[in-house]
Amino acid sequence: MAKGLTKAFKKALWVYHCNSGSCNGCDIEIIAALCPRYDAERFGIKLVGSPRHADVLLITGPVTRQLVEKVKRAYEQMPDPKAVLCVGNCGNTGDVFYEAYNLVGPIDNVLPVDVHVIGCPPRPENIIYGVVKAWTKLETLEAK
Amino acid sequence: MSKGKTKTSYQIPIGPIHPALKEPVQFNFEIEGEKIVDVDIKLGQVHRSIEWAATKRNPVQVLYLAERICGICSYCHPMAFTLATERVAKIEVPERAQYLRIIHQELERICSHVLWAGVAAHEIGFDTVLFLTWQIRETALDLTEYLCGNRITKGITMIGGVRRDITSDMLPYINEKLNLIKGSWEKLRKIFLEDKTFQLRSQGCGVLTKEDALKLCAVGPLARASGVKKDVRIDQPYFSFGDFDIEYMTPDIVTGEVNGDVYDRIIVRLLEVKQSVELIGESIDRMPEGEIVSEPKLVKLLNQLKKIEGEGIGRMEAPRGEVFHYVKYMNAESPYSWKVRAPTYSNVLPWIPMFMGEQIADIPIVAASTDPCMSCTNRVGIVKNGRQSYMTSEQLHHLSVKKTKELMK
Repeated sequence: MAKGLTKAFKKALWVYHCNSGSCNGCDIEIIAALCPRYDAERFGIKLVGSPRHADVLLITGPVTRQLVEKVKRAYEQMPDPKAVLCVGNCGNTGDVFYEAYNLVGPIDNVLPVDVHVIGCPPRPENIIYGVVKAWTKLETLEAK
Repeated sequence: MSKGKTKTSYQIPIGPIHPALKEPVQFNFEIEGEKIVDVDIKLGQVHRSIEWAATKRNPVQVLYLAERICGICSYCHPMAFTLATERVAKIEVPERAQYLRIIHQELERICSHVLWAGVAAHEIGFDTVLFLTWQIRETALDLTEYLCGNRITKGITMIGGVRRDITSDMLPYINEKLNLIKGSWEKLRKIFLEDKTFQLRSQGCGVLTKEDALKLCAVGPLARASGVKKDVRIDQPYFSFGDFDIEYMTPDIVTGEVNGDVYDRIIVRLLEVKQSVELIGESIDRMPEGEIVSEPKLVKLLNQLKKIEGEGIGRMEAPRGEVFHYVKYMNAESPYSWKVRAPTYSNVLPWIPMFMGEQIADIPIVAASTDPCMSCTNRVGIVKNGRQSYMTSEQLHHLSVKKTKELMK
């Protein structure tokens, strides 16, 4: 487990997954991380259907022009303290779509990202590690 | 109503952001009470200008771009592009590579169909089956990783062949995994076809008639479930599919009749998983020795592709239906033009007759039954008498689960 994380978690971590135009590669790996092989749900990490319930915004995809306002709105609807986790190369750097005319991303241009998870798509282990990092950040924020 | 007023319908906009697995799509449902009377679909939220970007890259770079059109069909798109390019450049693909290509394609079909089965189970509130199917899917992913080095984006495609070979020392592991999938298949069949919950929710739900399927150009398992015998692997064999005896998988093989409902689509996909496992086993047995790529030197290949002129098409049977690529070369480093038509694009229009007359609670399972881009939703705004109230996806999902429970009583 990551440094700085207390042994007993204060609360279950709820994640809102927002697709900003990704290819589904990352999205299915996120579900795979929650399913029996990797089973992140046993730590209370759970996908929720509304940003209003979430602690972490997990965002995939390179942010297309049509979706930029909607992504911002999802972020604004989340209660504080919150963390943003960017999964996949295309959200972090643009990856193969770097020169495309229809992209506003990387996500750094749109939202303040706390944890970057690299990979195209990242493996479930990597995603879980990213979520743990976001958890650490949330606990530090709460302590303040 | 008693005072002679007409029933007013109201609208439910869904999307574009929703926590489903697939890309954002926007729906506008016209609702009368619980019944859906009209649907409007808005596409284009995930436009990433891929076709435009391809005109700035060389054909081998385009393969990586094509791989990222869709993360689940990450093999079909580059392969269809390769087929189109090979047709223009008149490249002969070695026999062994043709068989290897079949193995990878069928492996992708297994992953995709099993994934779909889990999503369908989730939509009707049967989460236990979601976890069971995804556990089975991990077996298929292990095999993919063993053969390609990656779990999702395979990076196995190369113009003129494939990148990795299957050696004889790999066979025991492959057979072990194939047997595991075969064993789990029986379990899946029992759950999906004999369980009462599935039967109640899927039989007679989201019906697509044969006429509508033909008229609206449905492709893949969706068309086959409506009784349309359509499969590119048989109609226009590519790779070495001509050597195999493949059957059209239609629901009447199991039930003796074609209804075109969600239940039939489950049957078709289950049968196709079994067919794919058999095809992989058969290809491994029949694979001849030889080269796996026609031109191993990349620089030479790229020089050859620089000089080609003409246009070509690539057709393939992807897990969701026919994928169609058109490419045009004009003596330049990069393609002059590239057009992709993915199967979901053809399968969007059939949604309209399928949704008509269904209930709101059936939206997730009907949409999911085409293995599409949309299943449950993030937020739904109901515009009723000018006032807006919001429904979250959880409420919608809850409605769906509630219906299952009521039916079980």
